[in-house]
Amino acid sequence: MTRPADWIICEHCDSVYLRTLLAKGESAHCIRCSALLERGRRFNIEQLLALTVAAAILFVFANVFPVIHISLQGLSNEATLWQSVEALAQGRITMIALVAGIAIILAPLLQILLLGWVLGHAYAGQIAPGFKLCMRSLEHLRPWSMLEVCLLGILVSIVKLAGMLHVSPGMGLWAMAMLTVLILLIAGKDIRRLWDDLEVTSR
Amino acid sequence: MNTPPYARELGLCLCHTCGYACSLDAHKCPRCESVVHARKTNSLARTWALLLAGLIFYIPANLLPVMFTNMLGSGSENTIMSGVIEFWKGGSWDIALLIFIASIAVPCVKFAVLGTLLITCQRRSRWAMRERAKLYRFVELIGYWSMLDVLVVALVAALVQFRTLSSIEPRIGILFFGLVVVLTMLAAMSFDPRLIWDAEVNDVR
Repeated sequence: MTRPADWIICEHCDSVYLRTLLAKGESAHCIRCSALLERGRRFNIEQLLALTVAAAILFVFANVFPVIHISLQGLSNEATLWQSVEALAQGRITMIALVAGIAIILAPLLQILLLGWVLGHAYAGQIAPGFKLCMRSLEHLRPWSMLEVCLLGILVSIVKLAGMLHVSPGMGLWAMAMLTVLILLIAGKDIRRLWDDLEVTSR
Repeated sequence: MNTPPYARELGLCLCHTCGYACSLDAHKCPRCESVVHARKTNSLARTWALLLAGLIFYIPANLLPVMFTNMLGSGSENTIMSGVIEFWKGGSWDIALLIFIASIAVPCVKFAVLGTLLITCQRRSRWAMRERAKLYRFVELIGYWSMLDVLVVALVAALVQFRTLSSIEPRIGILFFGLVVVLTMLAAMSFDPRLIWDAEVNDVR
């Protein structure tokens, strides 16, 4: 008798497969539509938790320190991520500041906090209070977290301004670059494994 | 090659939030308690609506200025395209190409691909199903990179603030452009790629 947790359904074409255990670095693809079904686990819960803590620290650095520093004829200026979002909050276009704020500050922050919460409890072998809500929120946040786009945006801005004035990257940029990599590693779909690992009971 | 059965044939239905195989008559996923649907509700109509809204906003996004630059007393307003041309003429063709891809090519590709997918699904076409499925995943993958221009304007406007000497301010065009990105992302999310494969099964709908 197979349990529902043994089935994998391809989310792109609805094909049903029996789950097989994958080793690290292996991945399963749908034979009908060739979408990715599942990837072998890269990290255990302890490692994921450690990466989440590292991401939290880097997030603070990325937001406290300026990402770009410029100077022009003796005057100098620098901008943090928050100041960039604020720069968009002008009159009629304030709404776009909201979108940018969610994409580069709020969504990554929530991802790190929620991951820390569920992984911290999972590390202790417990199901975190509000586990279902946290996991659902993580799914909905994923497409709106755009740190990698922001990173490219910072690089484009540096090149753009380099023609007119003196530009140098700030501390925040390095933190931001490392944070981007960590978020890609920890906040992907792989986190769904917690449902199976913790054997969350179905009603 | 043996093709696997469809979930519907086995009386199963996928929970999109946690990946659990629910039974077809379930309204809520028994594991994560989110609402489950055999197919996303009103997928085609919603995707059409969001896509057309995005297409309409794309016009002011390109015509209205996105940025006002005041450099040592001489002010100028830039649209997305004029920004690209400026980079190109200034010799940084690589940045020009990058912004062109992110701000112009990506949204256009999204409109074209989602439009094609919607029309072929409505006609229940069996043409190139595997390729169309890949096309959908490609659109999902590239969609959010269009936010690049919005973030560049934000950063540059936050940095260049030297009062009368020189300053850069965002302009209304960037709002429309940001909305285009959000709307097309929502359109891609509300499209259900399983509709492509439903053309194979005759008794659905």
